[in-house]
Amino acid sequence: MTELRQRLYRQRVSLFWWLSKPTYLLFVVRELTSVAVVWFVVYLLLLVRAVGAGPESYQDFLDWSARPWMVAVNAVALALAVFHTVTWFLVTPQAMVLKVRGRRIPGAALAGALYAMWFLVSAVILWLL
Amino acid sequence: MAEITLRVSRYQPETDTAPTFQEYAVPLREDWAILDALNYIKDELDPTLSYRWSCRMGICGSCGMTVNGEPKLSCGTFLVDHAPGPILVEPLRNFPVIRDLVIEMTDFMHKLGAVQPWIIRDETEDDPSSELLQTPSQLDDYKQYSMCINCMLCYSACPVYGLDSAFIGPAAIALAQRYNLDSRDEGAAERLDVLSDDEGVWGCTFVGECTRACPKGVDPAGAIQRAKLVAANEAMKAFLLPKWAR
Repeated sequence: MTELRQRLYRQRVSLFWWLSKPTYLLFVVRELTSVAVVWFVVYLLLLVRAVGAGPESYQDFLDWSARPWMVAVNAVALALAVFHTVTWFLVTPQAMVLKVRGRRIPGAALAGALYAMWFLVSAVILWLL
Repeated sequence: MAEITLRVSRYQPETDTAPTFQEYAVPLREDWAILDALNYIKDELDPTLSYRWSCRMGICGSCGMTVNGEPKLSCGTFLVDHAPGPILVEPLRNFPVIRDLVIEMTDFMHKLGAVQPWIIRDETEDDPSSELLQTPSQLDDYKQYSMCINCMLCYSACPVYGLDSAFIGPAAIALAQRYNLDSRDEGAAERLDVLSDDEGVWGCTFVGECTRACPKGVDPAGAIQRAKLVAANEAMKAFLLPKWAR
């Protein structure tokens, strides 16, 4: 048995395995776009700190945010965060099994509810602004 | 009759240090699957070719191979769908190769046993003359996961298992869920020890490729995410609630 084990050929996973299939690549991109979500959390914390430090620092924060490169960073981060959200909404029905009167709610209805909540929350925030 | 070329991975442990490819021309028959072509090669062209198969009807789960880079049951993958060829036939990925297309599956067998894929219950309170009845809705809860044929295509598709073979893997978790969700079973707590381990459900990063590879529509990726939810709930309960309230 030991002798047989030594003669097994062990297949290695390539360092670039994530380029071998479109679905693998989509997964890696989805994972990487979480960095954009982290960025927005950091940005929000910076905003809160600036507001807490008084009107002057809030104005500085607004000036800093209006710089072209900051607008570009935020635009790219928004696109990545939207991609992150949409790809997670695509797979959420797989993980969430809800039953109503003994019947499973179809995935499309579940994803639809998530999108509806997303747009509702966005609308409320826009109204507050 | 038209022919198609199969480029088959060959590995002879007596003489080879790494696999090589060998080409075979086989008749391109409309009703032939890859497995029929391999049987033709074995019978007519080269009796030294080794591979596993049994039922040739997608039930036994023995004939899994990598066909043109994708994990497939070779009995359910047709030559005409890959014409004009050549068709690349390799052993399942992520497993050690014993010979040609035959992989070593002991690791999977241990993992399968670890999740206790059978009904666990305290039978001392059961009335032996009565049956354990189940409603259609209760059957629906786990039926999808019970379709697993242990073909290991999901392990072959899973990059997590490829990179870290300690991960318990898609089929074992799907089968654990098959019994956890069965109304007759009482073994969920016993299985949770294995599932909530670092190498259990938390190893999964939800690539989802196991579900795409599954020839029986089991959806192991879904099963794993559901198991994560249960494991997280139980961990929170253990942390927050006193023992008697859990």
